[in-house]
Amino acid sequence: MTPPSEHVHWLFATGFLLLGLCLLAEGLVGTEVWQRRAWRAYLWPGLAFGLGLLLWPVMVFFTNSTLHMVAHGAWAEVFMLAGAIELALVRGKLHSRWWRLGMTAAFLVSGAAFLIHEQNAWFFQRSSFLHHVLGWTLVAGAVFPLVRCVRPRSHTVAAGFALTFVVISVALYCDRDVSPIFGHLSPLAGTPHR
Amino acid sequence: MSAELVTELETRTRRTAAARVVSGLGPLTAFAGLVWAIVQPYRVTLLHPGGQGFWWLFVEPPLLVIAVGLFFHFVVAHGVLEDLEGET
Repeated sequence: MTPPSEHVHWLFATGFLLLGLCLLAEGLVGTEVWQRRAWRAYLWPGLAFGLGLLLWPVMVFFTNSTLHMVAHGAWAEVFMLAGAIELALVRGKLHSRWWRLGMTAAFLVSGAAFLIHEQNAWFFQRSSFLHHVLGWTLVAGAVFPLVRCVRPRSHTVAAGFALTFVVISVALYCDRDVSPIFGHLSPLAGTPHR
Repeated sequence: MSAELVTELETRTRRTAAARVVSGLGPLTAFAGLVWAIVQPYRVTLLHPGGQGFWWLFVEPPLLVIAVGLFFHFVVAHGVLEDLEGET
């Protein structure tokens, strides 16, 4: 009953797409309007926390290598932490804007985990390519939550932060277990899917 | 024209633009999913369900994108637009 790993990526892509759209809307209308309804204020931090929580079963059921387990475990921890910090900020339990560095840490740890746990080169096959793309997107995208601590009202930073999640979502939707990338497929990768 | 009035007009223009973009996000996302389904129909397994397992029938990426767009539009964006109108 365990889903193929590509299906798990697609399900997470769906969560990240919704997260990106919510963040984009918040950036456009402003935090004051966005948080006018209580449930909406908790929506994206809760979603981030939930995605972190859902990474635990991924770690438990996809045990093809220790490195994969460690990477998924690290993502689960940092995303839950980042989501929990954002929830606490919305709730008013935390006040300092520097707590937002939790999301920066989540981006950096996730990016590093993507890059470290992918053992193959960029053009080995599609999922290898996407692991590199996702890793560098997260590392580069960490600048947005970082600047968000200093300039929380900046529309550009808010849009960049939101669009990083949309890019992650697109990359995850493109994922396949074994598939060529730009016409390249290593003979060592296995039989391609449709 | 007084500076206060100019600021108010600028704020109102910015809010109108934001409202337009927010109201377009959901339909645009759903449209992207629809285009994807047309361009890559083999990714919608429901069109040829014979011999497919549970996960291949349950997780259909273009349909998930459409669902996210519709969910965002009807559940999230509507309320946001109402609150934004209340501001003006």
